[in-house]
Amino acid sequence: MIAPPLLLQALRYPEQLGSLGLADWDILIRQARKANLLASLHARLQECGLRKTLPAQPREHLDWAHALAERHRLAVHQEVTLIQQALAATGVPVILLKGAAYVMAQLPNARGRLFSDIDILVPKERLDEVEAALMLHGWAASHHDAYDQRYYRTWMHELPPMQHIRRMTVIDVHHAIVPETAAVHPDPAKLRAAACPITGQVSLLTLAPADMVLHSAVHLLHDGELENGLRDLVDLDALLRHFGDEPAFWLRLTERAEALDLTRPLFYALRYTSMMLHTSIPPDTLAQAARLGQPGNAMLALMDALFLRALLPEHASCRDMLSGISRKMLYVRANWLRMPPLLLARHLFHKACISPKSAD
Amino acid sequence: MKVSDLNPAQLQQRLQEAGLRIRTGPFVTRVHTSLAAAAEGIGLLYADYPLAEDEDFADFHIRLALPDGLRRWLRPQVLFLYDGTRTFKPLPVDQAFPMFEWGMNWCVSSHAHSYLIIHAAVLEKHGHAVILPAPPGSGKSTLCAALSQRGWRLLSDELALIRVADGCVIPLPRPISLKNASIDIMRHYAPDAVFSRKVSDTMKGTVAHMQAPADSVARASEWARPGWVIFPRYEAGADTHLTALPKAHAFMRAADNAFNYSLLGERGFASLAGLIEASSCHDFVYSKLDEAIDVFNNLRPAALLP
Repeated sequence: MIAPPLLLQALRYPEQLGSLGLADWDILIRQARKANLLASLHARLQECGLRKTLPAQPREHLDWAHALAERHRLAVHQEVTLIQQALAATGVPVILLKGAAYVMAQLPNARGRLFSDIDILVPKERLDEVEAALMLHGWAASHHDAYDQRYYRTWMHELPPMQHIRRMTVIDVHHAIVPETAAVHPDPAKLRAAACPITGQVSLLTLAPADMVLHSAVHLLHDGELENGLRDLVDLDALLRHFGDEPAFWLRLTERAEALDLTRPLFYALRYTSMMLHTSIPPDTLAQAARLGQPGNAMLALMDALFLRALLPEHASCRDMLSGISRKMLYVRANWLRMPPLLLARHLFHKACISPKSAD
Repeated sequence: MKVSDLNPAQLQQRLQEAGLRIRTGPFVTRVHTSLAAAAEGIGLLYADYPLAEDEDFADFHIRLALPDGLRRWLRPQVLFLYDGTRTFKPLPVDQAFPMFEWGMNWCVSSHAHSYLIIHAAVLEKHGHAVILPAPPGSGKSTLCAALSQRGWRLLSDELALIRVADGCVIPLPRPISLKNASIDIMRHYAPDAVFSRKVSDTMKGTVAHMQAPADSVARASEWARPGWVIFPRYEAGADTHLTALPKAHAFMRAADNAFNYSLLGERGFASLAGLIEASSCHDFVYSKLDEAIDVFNNLRPAALLP
């Protein structure tokens, strides 16, 4: 493999960027923009006090990204407030997932993180109530095709995405963190029981720290669309650094992985954060995660070859001959993990031959 | 070094290999293309622009390319790639140069958030800028082109850049985009100016670009103070008419024409308020260019009024 891309070096040791030349900055800014990490890089450079000392041109690009991220942060706060108001009458506890959770709980990886949808988790038996309340407040189902409706409602772990008719914002209402049809079954009741209220917020919760890490891991490693793969890996890195200050966290993490049937994703998550971003993880935890979740040697070699390529920024400067095929194979793998083979064949057949084509 | 220091063969080679690093206002754009129509347009209309060094930082990396497959040969198309990513739908290949111009506008308006960016023509005299915000079809570019030939310095034909940090108006002189009947009107009005070939059947009708005056390009680093915000409207047969516009109205209409007003949030509001506060604001209706120029030549900056 080629030398690690500048972006990885920058995320590992941002404090070393003070000596970078302009030509390297040119490449680094482009890699970071492509990976949707430019504003996160701004946040890291701000934290280590380097932003002000940078050459004017790259600093300008980082500031542009920061302006966009600030606007985004405000918009997320506003949107979450509106969702809360829409659901208040139902009394359903709302657990925020992923990006919205990081922003509202003010976790370190929220700084500069851009995302498009708000994800929430509610009990499955209350989905109808939640959907009705959202519809009353202006959110409408976005997938009108009868097959798509059934795909989501029968097999998936979420309702079809709902879009607000005026603000055009999208909410994904989940009742579980993996599809009903997947081979692993992390019990949503356990996740909900351990959820933590967000300080200063009424009726808003996030997953417990260990569960949040495991959800982030399962999302990254079971999702075939890896355009934001590196950003999601950076999430994991930041969450591990943040929660890892509390020594009890690491033991809890492996225990929860077992309880939730997520030992394999945890193993990969710890492996690739430490390999790519040099996240410091206690050796005991690494050993325990390997005991619980390491696949056979051949499979591991294959996954390494695929993930270590596919998680790099999708930029020309980070590409080798196998990058394209690695992404395609992981896409196939993700679908494989989502559904048993026969159902998958049926789904792909329907999508290819029967579903109306979207206008392109 | 300027673009005109390269002969056509060197220009083509630069565009195909290392990329041509053109400096426009505060930005450096690195352009790659092997398309003759694009190279010709760039050689003609960007002759006076300075080139950045190869080891310099480039703000925008763009490529105009032919697609793979059938559309390379059959009714060929051109793609605009922003650092490898397709940003627009492909266009017929003879629109390569207009696409380059539109793409350059997009690069600035969707990234450069240290400026409040208003869709407007901007010119300058005695250090004061006149900003002409207007939706397409209001005769903004025609008026801008005419003013640039009659003693006003062109700062931009499309994008008013108001620096958020200090409220200064920052020049981004680039070719002026003319549409349909305006093209021949301007050829007649400014017989010495340089024009690109006409390209017909684009999404804006027939378009041609007029070279920015050499003096504007040479003085691209001289910013201006806000002077006037004038909303122009061409109306066939109308009498020339400049009317004062209440500042609150001017504010709302300028905000409607801004690309990143809401993205900048509080700072966008403060920048726009500062601009409107410092400018005299008017509506302007015209049908005859010479009368219009007279009106503009009689403008006096608020600061100089007794």
